[in-house]
Amino acid sequence: MRIFVHELRNQQRMFWRNRESAVFVFIFPPLLFLLLGAVYSDRIEGFRAADVLIVGLVGYGCANTALAGLAITLVIRREAGILKRIRATPLPATTYLTSVLGSTLIVFVLQMLLTIALGVVLYGAKGPENPLGMVAAALLGVACFAGLGFGATALIRSAEGSSAVVNLIVLPMAFLSGSFGPTRRYPDVLQWLADVLPLTYLIDLMNDIYLRGGSFVDHPKEIAIVAAWGLVGVAIAWRRFGWEPRER
Amino acid sequence: MSAAALEVRDLRKSYGANEAVAGISFRIEPGEVFGLLGPNGAGKTTTVEILEGYRKRDSGDVTVLGVDPELGGRALRERIGVVLQSSELPATLTVREVHRMFAGYYAHPRDVDEVIGLVGLEEKADARVKTLSGGQKRRLDLGLALVGDPELLFLDEPTTGFDPAARRTAWELVRALRGLGKTILLTTHYLDEAQQLADRVAVIRDGRIVKQGSPAQLIGIAPRVAIRYHEDGRDVVIETDEPTRVLAELTGVAAAAGRELESLEVVRPSLEDVYLDLIDNGSGNESP
Repeated sequence: MRIFVHELRNQQRMFWRNRESAVFVFIFPPLLFLLLGAVYSDRIEGFRAADVLIVGLVGYGCANTALAGLAITLVIRREAGILKRIRATPLPATTYLTSVLGSTLIVFVLQMLLTIALGVVLYGAKGPENPLGMVAAALLGVACFAGLGFGATALIRSAEGSSAVVNLIVLPMAFLSGSFGPTRRYPDVLQWLADVLPLTYLIDLMNDIYLRGGSFVDHPKEIAIVAAWGLVGVAIAWRRFGWEPRER
Repeated sequence: MSAAALEVRDLRKSYGANEAVAGISFRIEPGEVFGLLGPNGAGKTTTVEILEGYRKRDSGDVTVLGVDPELGGRALRERIGVVLQSSELPATLTVREVHRMFAGYYAHPRDVDEVIGLVGLEEKADARVKTLSGGQKRRLDLGLALVGDPELLFLDEPTTGFDPAARRTAWELVRALRGLGKTILLTTHYLDEAQQLADRVAVIRDGRIVKQGSPAQLIGIAPRVAIRYHEDGRDVVIETDEPTRVLAELTGVAAAAGRELESLEVVRPSLEDVYLDLIDNGSGNESP
């Protein structure tokens, strides 16, 4: 436990010190919220636009932080030989990976709070009807996308390509899943695609909890689909994750 | 006989059809600095990475501080320090922060500031890693290898890419570590480095040890002296164990005939030649 807390601190220090990760991972989703919030000022499907957008961009932020941010960070560290070097110390692999996960969770929760605060202060959002439910949904979302992030880390070969690859996954997924506005008028093909994606179900779940005050446990289908995607990522990582540079 | 710090017997490791390590045996006593000397691709790094626990061997017996490195796990990693051939460190942390980060991984770390002083980075203690020069980064690597207070250090080509001054500094550092009683396994492709630092050296080529002994013993197997001159538009080289006699005959004949031996020189082989001779000898397949 001592060593976990120690490593969690290291991970946090490295995250906030690195301007690229702090801006791209932490600032970018709330920034998009500010922009979109200025465009949609009315109501969306009967709810305040700001509240609907908060849910959408919290969902996007979750995928961006836990999948994209985590995978890019780990691939860069792996290719630089940092992961290999750390494997030569007594720090257990599981402690390292859980502290990376814990650090990701901290970043995402702060980001979620910032997005909600911006919405309430600037765009008159009401805030979540069921705050505890949002916490549960956030945990589920981070677990799912971090699982996919570890899987993506295992599949991505080079540090140069990592950012392009993960954004090619995360950005279209966020668009299809309704992060940037309602998808009801999307063509059928796009809606079918959206029906497969984990972010669609995470946003559905968060919509009910945040907008209608629904309960987390009333959504076994959404929880199951989101969790299943996370397990797919973990399974890939289990088979393919490596600590040594691929391209040397 | 006391227990060895490290012992390798008939170690083998292949990658596909390529046998990177083809039956290596050596033993390192506690407190000894042992040099694995050889050209790039000789199998040095593969050997060291097996000893560090990164790779599984195909066959052979290996003990590191009395433990099989494949099974040593965390307990063994508490007792070894590692400088990899190439690895970076978190660029945005300071020298002291990275030392603290690594110190926290060990049950009984050394004092961080003491280690920073030992590797001569006091003035850079609050500088970020990304601002360090190549030589300073290598010293940081050394500091991190030391911070867990290991009994045994693996230094894989610790000075490759250094300018001469930086190498001298690094050598001083390795000597200081030796003074602390650390056992050190050092790989290098610089002969002078092995000669300067190692108590014993194993010359490795194509995955095999071709010679093993103290640096003095290696020089003791020096090849013969070469007598060179120029005659009738071509170079003549005579290798001999008896340069005085051969030279007397040669100059006697030439003087009697009233000829001058152009560009006459007597060359004693350098260490470099000894080494090159060792690593070329019998390799055959490397010549075009």
